[in-house]
Amino acid sequence: MSTDAPPRAAGFDLDRPWQLHPQVSVRPERFGALLYHFGTRRLSFLKSPALLTVVRELGDAPSAREACRRAGLTPAELPAYATALQTLASSQMIRPREPA
Amino acid sequence: MTLPLVEQFQYGLDAPICLTWELTYACNLACVHCLSSSGRRDPRELTTAECRAVIDELERMQVFYVNIGGGEPTVRPDFWDLVDYATAHRVGVKFSTNGIKITPERAESLAASDYVDVQISLDGATAEVNDKIRGPGSYATALRAMQNLAQAGFKGFKISVVVTRQNAGQLDDFMAIAERFGAQLRLTRLRPSGRGADVWDELHPTASQQRQLYDWLVARGEQVLTGDSFFHLAAYGDPLPGLNLCGAGRVVCLIDPVGDVYACPFAIHENFLAGNVRGPGGFASVWRDSELFAGLRRPQTGGVCQSCSAYDSCRGGCMAAKFFTGLPLDGPDPECVKGHGERALAAVGGAPVPRPFGNHSHRSRPVPVTIGRRPAGPGPARHRPDRACDENPLAGFRP
Repeated sequence: MSTDAPPRAAGFDLDRPWQLHPQVSVRPERFGALLYHFGTRRLSFLKSPALLTVVRELGDAPSAREACRRAGLTPAELPAYATALQTLASSQMIRPREPA
Repeated sequence: MTLPLVEQFQYGLDAPICLTWELTYACNLACVHCLSSSGRRDPRELTTAECRAVIDELERMQVFYVNIGGGEPTVRPDFWDLVDYATAHRVGVKFSTNGIKITPERAESLAASDYVDVQISLDGATAEVNDKIRGPGSYATALRAMQNLAQAGFKGFKISVVVTRQNAGQLDDFMAIAERFGAQLRLTRLRPSGRGADVWDELHPTASQQRQLYDWLVARGEQVLTGDSFFHLAAYGDPLPGLNLCGAGRVVCLIDPVGDVYACPFAIHENFLAGNVRGPGGFASVWRDSELFAGLRRPQTGGVCQSCSAYDSCRGGCMAAKFFTGLPLDGPDPECVKGHGERALAAVGGAPVPRPFGNHSHRSRPVPVTIGRRPAGPGPARHRPDRACDENPLAGFRP
């Protein structure tokens, strides 16, 4: 769902809080969104509007799982979205956030 | 999750991903392959205030970064102010330069910014090869700039090389230069655009050089940047990293020094002119509403290429390369790896080809500035400005 760095073998921790990296800009597009990281100068693509909603909810939700629920994802959809989030994490587009 | 991304991009985006902005036609060099036939400043170039208004618009459109070029953009007196203005408005800047203004002090300040990237142009790994294309002394200038950036701790600046028949055998040497300065190598394709139209026949890589270049790029993967410029080589087999499509008017465009918006930096011709940023609605309205761009965003037919097994990989190649070599836009690229381009060029024969739009070349090759007395006597030549920007508004005024 996102391009650039290959997803790592390690799973994505859906149960901890995450946030968009502060140096990342998000631009909505018809297909989803473009992300640009000013630090790494890399571009990524969110290939679904639902993934954009998840990414936007990350910073406020107590966990990534909750952000996915707020975006209206079903449990069956979660594994694909966890993989996409892992790809975003490995390219530093999102990063872990300390619990409030 | 409907269409593949490449399909999505064919239909255009709300704002460009990659915007090239040529700030001036003025240049201290006179490279033989210059895409924009640069040399002399155009008196109609955008003012500082107009440039800032464009940046404001790019910020609103969320264009993440602009590729600033020219001409030599750093010779504009307001260049560094405009870079600061852009980065303060969250529009990142990558600028291309021949290195003339990259002093040790400037390198220090560039190294301190996360939002500025620098691209030094070099077209030969040796002075002998480079200076034949870019002019005497240009190799030394570029290497000095690289030295200054490396010494200032600027990591990963880009060294940008246009691949030609003359330097295609130097790829490993370019790589060694990049490693020496902690830079990243970027290779791009020679286009028959601007003054490049006049030298393309002699400079464009041979078929066997193209094949070697492809293999070399495949072996290096994402280590070497290409600006997506060799997507016509995907017809050899695996695509190179990148989007692998012609982004003209879809994800890419050019703003030229006088504010004209073209479909891509290699297509400076009235057929690809979409509008001007000075028009009502500014740049955003050109990007969103121009008829030319709307046409480019409609599904394209592959023409005679449609039946080729490689069409899905190369998509017919580069629009500008076809146009300026006189080939139909819905046929093969002049450098088609299947050889269809050579046959098409032979079929066109010596028929006249479209000429690039606008020529800003120096009227004679620039010579190094020497300090000395002006020639005595007010000869008639003294009254004729030799560059457009030399014209004083009061010239010729006699009270």
